[in-house]
Amino acid sequence: MAATNRPLSPHLQVYRPQITSMLSILHRITGVALGLGTVLFTYWLTSAAYGPDAFHRAQGLMGSWFGLLVLFGFTFALYYHLCNGIRHMFWDIGMGYEMTTLRKSGLFVVLVTIVMTIATWAYIWSRAGGS
Amino acid sequence: MVEFNLPANSRPTKGKVFKAEPGAVNIRRFRVYRYDPDLSDNPRIDTFEVDLDKCGPMVLDAMIKIKDEIDSTLTFRRSCREGVCGSCAFNIDGTNTLACTKPLSEIKGDVKIYPLPHMPVIKDLVCDLNQPYAQYKAIEPWIQADTPAPNRERLQSEEERAKLDGMWECILCFCCQSSCPSYWWNGDRYMGPAVLLQANRWIQDSRDEATGNRLDELDDSFRVFRCHTIMNCTNTCPKSLNPGKAIGEIKEALFKRQ
Repeated sequence: MAATNRPLSPHLQVYRPQITSMLSILHRITGVALGLGTVLFTYWLTSAAYGPDAFHRAQGLMGSWFGLLVLFGFTFALYYHLCNGIRHMFWDIGMGYEMTTLRKSGLFVVLVTIVMTIATWAYIWSRAGGS
Repeated sequence: MVEFNLPANSRPTKGKVFKAEPGAVNIRRFRVYRYDPDLSDNPRIDTFEVDLDKCGPMVLDAMIKIKDEIDSTLTFRRSCREGVCGSCAFNIDGTNTLACTKPLSEIKGDVKIYPLPHMPVIKDLVCDLNQPYAQYKAIEPWIQADTPAPNRERLQSEEERAKLDGMWECILCFCCQSSCPSYWWNGDRYMGPAVLLQANRWIQDSRDEATGNRLDELDDSFRVFRCHTIMNCTNTCPKSLNPGKAIGEIKEALFKRQ
């Protein structure tokens, strides 16, 4: 192929987003986000070992609106990657390959992810007394 | 290699517009990918206005009408016009399918027709399919047996024969192959859904005695395991087959023999 100067036909540019490929790339993205988020959690934990000042700084960062937004995103990523990971395990034992099942299981994973994310933060919010 | 953008020589430019003849009422616009290898120009997107009152119901009918009546240089493959030859596979309205079995009534707005995605283009909608054909050849798609041939057919039970259903129907149009992002990025090393469906067709065949060799050839982190169960393949197959499931069966067979 490299020997010719034939053009390459359009791919991502023209392929309509499919539920199949969108959920798949979301699995990859949330996987990467979880990796980066774990580094953040490590920073949070180790800051405690560095003494009160460092821990106070970390607490301030994580408690800011931006920190909370990142934590909310991390929760979403965690639940999505977990639920879709279970979907992958069903495929690995040979189940759920039919197109109707694929659509249903995909939507179910998204729904469960949203419900669990909101439920988690509603619980945190109620414990924090709405502050 | 993951390369999201098209190379500079592959980016389509605006092409010509062919207006419908005056008096036409039921007009539909067709936006069609064109590439002329005799020019040094980039590919372009031509617009054809077609009077649907004087056109058959399928996308292929409109394409043949354009070639016959508007621009005879429009180049594409087609043959059977009934979904059994696999020639007229294109990216139509954003997904890959056969122009001959895709009704125009299923498409909203302008009808966009591109060649199969992420393939070298020879001319207009004709792709160079040498790579998938070479991969098909590599899986040795014929029956292999050491036992002497009997004087009659090699018999199968009904259950053994039923395992081949959903695989023998494949017409090798490569809609699934070119719908797969894994194949886009790693098509030189990943076999792709169409070829793996065919590989499984021989792995599951009770009359074939080369199952071990076939699995040896596929047991590789790229050839099979670049499949990440994205499932665009099954979603786009114009014959409603399930290449994704076939790949799952190959992975299962590889796991079970360990």
